[in-house]
Amino acid sequence: MDDPYDVIIIGGGVVGCFIARALSRYKGRVLLLEREADVCSGTSKANTAIVHAGYDAKPGTLKASLNVAGNRMYDQVCAELDVPFQRCGTYVVALTEEDLHTLDDLYHRGIQNGVSGMRIISGEEMRRVEPLVNPDVRGALYAATGGIVDPFLLTIAAAENAVLNGVHLRLETEVTDLIRQNGRIVGVSTNRGQFLGRFVINAAGLYADQLMAQAGLHGFTITPRKGEYYVFDREKSRVRTVLFPCPTAISKGILVTPTTHGNTLIGPNAVDIRDKEDVTVTPEGLEEVFAGAQRLVPTLERRDVIAVFAGLRASGSTGDFLIEAPAQAPGLINVAGIESPGLTAAPAIAEFVLDLLRECGLELLEKADYNPIRRSPPRFSELSPREKAALIAKDARYGRIVCRCETVTEGEIVAAIHAPVPARTYDALKRRTRLGAGRCQGGFDTPRVIHILARELGLPPTAITKKGPGSEFVVRETKEWNDSGKV
Amino acid sequence: MGCRLDVTLEGDKVVSVEGQACKRGLAYAQDEITDPRRVVTTTVRVVNGRHPLLPVYTERSFPKHQIFPLLQELRRVTVMAPVRAGQVILANALGTGINVLASRDMPLREEPCVS
Amino acid sequence: MLKTLSYDVVVIGGGPGGLAAAIAARERGAERVCIIERAEELGGILQQCIHNGFGLEVLGTDLPGPAYAQHFINQVYQAGVQALLDTMVLEVTPQRVLYATNARDGILEIKAGAVVFSMGCRERTRGALAIPGTRPAGVYTAGTAQRLVNIEGYMPGRRFVILGSGDIGMIMARRLTLEGAQVERVLEIMPYLSGLKRNYVQCLQDFGIPLQLSHTVREIKGNKRVEAVVAVAVDERWQPIPGSEEVIPCDTLLLSVGLIPENELSRRLGIAMDPVTGGPIVDEGMGTSLPGFFAAGNVVHVYDLVDWVTMAGEVAGRSAAAYALGMAPASVYRLRVVAGDNVRYVVPHLFHPESLAQGPQQLQLRVREPIEEKVQVILEADGVEIWRKTERYVRPGEMVTVKLMPDLYDRLQPASTLTVSVRKPR
Repeated sequence: MDDPYDVIIIGGGVVGCFIARALSRYKGRVLLLEREADVCSGTSKANTAIVHAGYDAKPGTLKASLNVAGNRMYDQVCAELDVPFQRCGTYVVALTEEDLHTLDDLYHRGIQNGVSGMRIISGEEMRRVEPLVNPDVRGALYAATGGIVDPFLLTIAAAENAVLNGVHLRLETEVTDLIRQNGRIVGVSTNRGQFLGRFVINAAGLYADQLMAQAGLHGFTITPRKGEYYVFDREKSRVRTVLFPCPTAISKGILVTPTTHGNTLIGPNAVDIRDKEDVTVTPEGLEEVFAGAQRLVPTLERRDVIAVFAGLRASGSTGDFLIEAPAQAPGLINVAGIESPGLTAAPAIAEFVLDLLRECGLELLEKADYNPIRRSPPRFSELSPREKAALIAKDARYGRIVCRCETVTEGEIVAAIHAPVPARTYDALKRRTRLGAGRCQGGFDTPRVIHILARELGLPPTAITKKGPGSEFVVRETKEWNDSGKV
Repeated sequence: MGCRLDVTLEGDKVVSVEGQACKRGLAYAQDEITDPRRVVTTTVRVVNGRHPLLPVYTERSFPKHQIFPLLQELRRVTVMAPVRAGQVILANALGTGINVLASRDMPLREEPCVS
Repeated sequence: MLKTLSYDVVVIGGGPGGLAAAIAARERGAERVCIIERAEELGGILQQCIHNGFGLEVLGTDLPGPAYAQHFINQVYQAGVQALLDTMVLEVTPQRVLYATNARDGILEIKAGAVVFSMGCRERTRGALAIPGTRPAGVYTAGTAQRLVNIEGYMPGRRFVILGSGDIGMIMARRLTLEGAQVERVLEIMPYLSGLKRNYVQCLQDFGIPLQLSHTVREIKGNKRVEAVVAVAVDERWQPIPGSEEVIPCDTLLLSVGLIPENELSRRLGIAMDPVTGGPIVDEGMGTSLPGFFAAGNVVHVYDLVDWVTMAGEVAGRSAAAYALGMAPASVYRLRVVAGDNVRYVVPHLFHPESLAQGPQQLQLRVREPIEEKVQVILEADGVEIWRKTERYVRPGEMVTVKLMPDLYDRLQPASTLTVSVRKPR
């Protein structure tokens, strides 16, 4: 068993990784636990990737205050972590008279929440800014502080920075129970043994309520809310702007937005379900998303779609973020119900949690050698011809293109496999390098990537997985079957 | 290419064939009834080659009912690189007089690509 | 820092189209010819197509894919063609300067007198079909599975369902069965076979693998790895028929649902494209809308026989060499070839009647709907019939070839359109 930790964080999503990073600035032993084979494997990998301005949340809530606070931090955080972020502004599109009233409401709510840079614009101006928008647009709410980010790289970069600053990271480590002593939470039991910690932070996403129940805290439940998405071919259907419809009671609605990779993304719908592992894409959901998106951009074409996926938001029963140090379970800090605007709020949530820890008696003394800067590994496709040539001269593997559609090289893949937060599965590589994210969706690169992963990890190809144990790509050698017939 | 043949049988004997575009069709129709054959293509293990498997094929069509036994036999075969296209990998397979040949050159691993 | 090379003809892609183009370019007189190939060896997709059926037209024999490739690879090296292997073209300029990368040379700047695109095609994916359900491991396009089984030497699974009755899917059904796997079902959304009938017989019928027409996959099940697919019958508008769902347990879903010509480089150059074929608009010399750029093989449209690809490659290679040597025929009047009744597309799209002076020329087409009885293929110049022939049947999966004989010149020369139609006899 490891020596005791000062803080144990349960959950390697964007929130858990930012908390780890924030803590890594200070002296003390910190452990980040993630049950999947990679960080960013839950909600953090399946969302709309929007950095919200903050007019949507109800004033007075944590959602509102942490959204606006987090939004302000994004330029600095993304510069420090070298992560793609575009503060391109966002638009809420009004298609009816009633929508125009909604825009007013949102505007005023934004003012209350402390959002700056908002403006109501005319339908004509909206059409000028976004030629693909529904020509019937009546007006829009423009929010200059809104933007788009790469949620995978953000989470991974935060985790890498935390690890480089001393945080211990354990992947494929699932918390099965909390350890209590004298009425206090003093650690966790996992599938890889027990870990003791002065404080345990519950950032377990969809399962945060389960952990709370284990601590004797009942009454707060998390409902998985499914959202389905389409991704379009980068060369087609390109919107320039982030388009929201007017929001409903439970959801900001079905967006049409560019991503930081240049694809157009549409979604999500919002369907409450029961099974926290159900990320199936449904025919009805896909219909709903496409129809909703076409209201904003009528020219979207199904044949330009290259991928569909679904994500689950952890919708808390209080309707707001639940970030607290419950008196009934000292030693535990809950960071639960982090649905939208969780991604935007994440850096601010981390600071909020640090304040809670201070209040609970954790002394935070700054490390002299803390380095907030994390440099992204080189991305071949973004380099100039000279830089490309120099990179290949240093490491010939950068001269071998493995993913043709996204121009990803063997050098980048090998670097990601051996990075501080290592990529040991295909999906982990995909989040870091854009491998398989383009037109061919892995058709060309998969056999080569299996080979590279096997070589670099020293494993047989039959052990290489898409997303962790149980998702192996190949089952046996072609010639490996016995003479009596089938294997 | 590819004709739809209408074959009239009396027991095992082909009485008439219609729909063929060439003479081969007649022989094919007879064979399909009495002695169906297929060209068999598969791979065998190769050691020290550019790839771990070498594609091979039967030089003539092979009796259909002996295909799986042939594949079983070929699974026992491992060849050493380098291999030339047309090289006999398994002679007189299963006593049929039909050889199994290498479909391509398989150079030694790391050999530069000139023939 | 950039290594610079110069060639008369550069061929992008060393599959059957590219190999033939390179050989033909040399034979036509181009001195310096180079094939740029992203794999570590020439042969392209043929190296994984270990089944036979190649060469019936061009070589008069029936060969496995790698053997067919070997024949042309040998000729390529004998002809003194250079090959840059393990090398990927990143960019091409309209002035015919290519930028490519490989591990040994870094970034290469390659100047070409003429360029032949022969990049082949990629496969339609699960994402593009938006198949509902989960996204587990075990969903492969048939070509990727073929590569794993035949080149890397690994089986992607044990129990398979195949979506699509395209040739690759049927070939893989047989291949997997011969290597000890269980192929449960082949599902085809259309009411007719997508690939060659011969493959249905030799790949499915021979092994008792059931084919269900007018069926598709409604949902993929399985969290980490495929556990089952839900098959469903569809109506004439390809809509699922409620109540016809069937759960088929399996661990792998293979998709053989279409090939898409790989034209990223062509598109970026602004070359005129045909939205029906997905490839560039070409004339009978395989020239594109951009002077000095030619295209051959599956990059133009998806062929059914590799032999035609070889022939198209020869045409493109000759044209490219002529252009590079400054001997290209001056661009004179050409007519538009139009897809008429029951014709989905015809290639080439443009035709110079003068080309008939060099001998017979070829049109190739695919029909929209199958007709399993005698039909007439009819050529009309500006609406006036000039020629017809009979075909015993027509199927979308099997291309129809029309040979234009030199004696048609007088009827074609004054025309502005040549319409090709397929009709049932009256």
